[in-house]
Amino acid sequence: MLLNLFKKLLGHTYSLLAVAIFLLIWEFIPKLGLADTTFLPPFSKVAAALWKLTVTGVLFKHLIISLQRAVLGFGLGLLISIPLGLLIGWFKGVERFVDPLLQTFRQTSALALFPVFILLFGIGEVSKVAIIFWSVQWPILLNTISGVKSVEPLLIKSARSMGASSFTLLLKVIVPGAFPSIFTGIRLSATYSILILIAAEMIGSNAGLGFLLYESEIKFEIPEMYAAIVTMSLLGLAVNYLLVAVGGRLTRWKEEIPNT
Amino acid sequence: MLSQKRRNLNIVTGDSEISSKIVVENISHQYHIKKSKAEKKKEFTALKEVSLKVKKGEFIAIVGPSGCGKSTLLDILAGLINAKCGKIFIDGKLAHGPALDRGIVMQGYALFPWRTIRKNVEFGLEIKGIPKKERAELSRSFIELVGLKGFEERYPHELSGGMKQRIAIARALAYDPDVLLMDEPFAAVDAQTREVLQDELLRIWEKTNKTIVFVTHSIDEAVFLADRVAVMTSNPGTIKEIIKIKLPRPRRNADMRQSADFNWIRHKVWQSLQNTVTTINEERESGLTYKDLAEEISPSVVL
Repeated sequence: MLLNLFKKLLGHTYSLLAVAIFLLIWEFIPKLGLADTTFLPPFSKVAAALWKLTVTGVLFKHLIISLQRAVLGFGLGLLISIPLGLLIGWFKGVERFVDPLLQTFRQTSALALFPVFILLFGIGEVSKVAIIFWSVQWPILLNTISGVKSVEPLLIKSARSMGASSFTLLLKVIVPGAFPSIFTGIRLSATYSILILIAAEMIGSNAGLGFLLYESEIKFEIPEMYAAIVTMSLLGLAVNYLLVAVGGRLTRWKEEIPNT
Repeated sequence: MLSQKRRNLNIVTGDSEISSKIVVENISHQYHIKKSKAEKKKEFTALKEVSLKVKKGEFIAIVGPSGCGKSTLLDILAGLINAKCGKIFIDGKLAHGPALDRGIVMQGYALFPWRTIRKNVEFGLEIKGIPKKERAELSRSFIELVGLKGFEERYPHELSGGMKQRIAIARALAYDPDVLLMDEPFAAVDAQTREVLQDELLRIWEKTNKTIVFVTHSIDEAVFLADRVAVMTSNPGTIKEIIKIKLPRPRRNADMRQSADFNWIRHKVWQSLQNTVTTINEERESGLTYKDLAEEISPSVVL
């Protein structure tokens, strides 16, 4: 029992070792004079700045604003892309019609379109939410379409043989069958949404984590700038872990691939 | 004397006018296939003027070489394919489209992997609109009937092939169809499991009194299970002969396989299939030998 606990602890320690080594290198390279401390402050200084930003509530304020935008854009993406993807995936004619358009749009960088969004929606919240929506919807849409198409035909046949109506078929066979693929899209786009958001906030904004980063750089508060970067990484990490946990619960029925 | 007795066991072309559960009337069906992209679409006749009557409570097996259209016939019976010509009557009523009066069990199990065993069995009941409490009772009893009590909350991937097929049978039985259509249901399980499942199926059939149409490519299986065996020829798919199996019931694999009568009837069915194969051979002038084709029809044929 105690041995098991120890082993588990050791396991966790091992998987965090790489991070620890990285932080140590970060700490000592500037301290040993291998890098300019002005441009690359040691990690302890960054940590102190992060702490200061946290206790003064500055970080929290920016974080909340960023999260609000991300959740709005992301939610909108889910709400529109999943039903649209189901539709496109299910009706072969629709897919053939819209596919070239989708492929073109997908290749258009969201950041390239940001000026267009600003022109259309102004510099306020709407343009930021719009750009997040735009960038998250592609992974969700495309994964939903491929998910629908990959539903085992035998299952559809089986459900139809039991007299399932089209609506029942969609609800009880297509959606659950496509779910693992849809969820992959959701995970991808969650990461995207944060990346794009930061960039958008750096280009034109007066609040949010991206703005904090931008502002710190201009004011030459280098440790604060790094602190903002670390916060973003942690945020991305948290979102990803959350989604993995949720996805794991929802796809419990899937056969686990043994670790080798 | 012995040969006389054997002759008596013969092999009358099945004909049933009284209380037909299923009437297949002059079914023909064509597929349009393209062998390569450049080629024009070719018409392939899967079934040609197939007629068949199945009595209520009867167990009929359909055997034939691969590609003889037996699965197509079953899909038409299930209402999943609309035949180009001909009609299907269930209880004297013209059938179109799938309905819960016919349950289908397929070779690939077709269990929903995201549903537990219990929820899989309840699928047809949900469509039928049966309340939750009743559904739970029904699923429990049918899972017990197929001998998988205690597996209710497991997921399909946790079960072996034979167990999955039992669940597929339980699911088809749960919504209480009069007719069970089975498309090579035991083709994917190992030989031992197969015999166990055959015994189980007969036990369930005797208990529930369903009308069963069972498609297989194994002569042994067809003869062992069925009241009548319909032998199909391919290209175009037609029913060549219907052979009555006058073996005593209840049948169990353990004793039936030893019986001389069983082996003799099996040989008759085999001969019937051989003839169909020969005629095709002559038509095609293909290089296939008898033996190859016999193996294609049934890997378990040993004479």
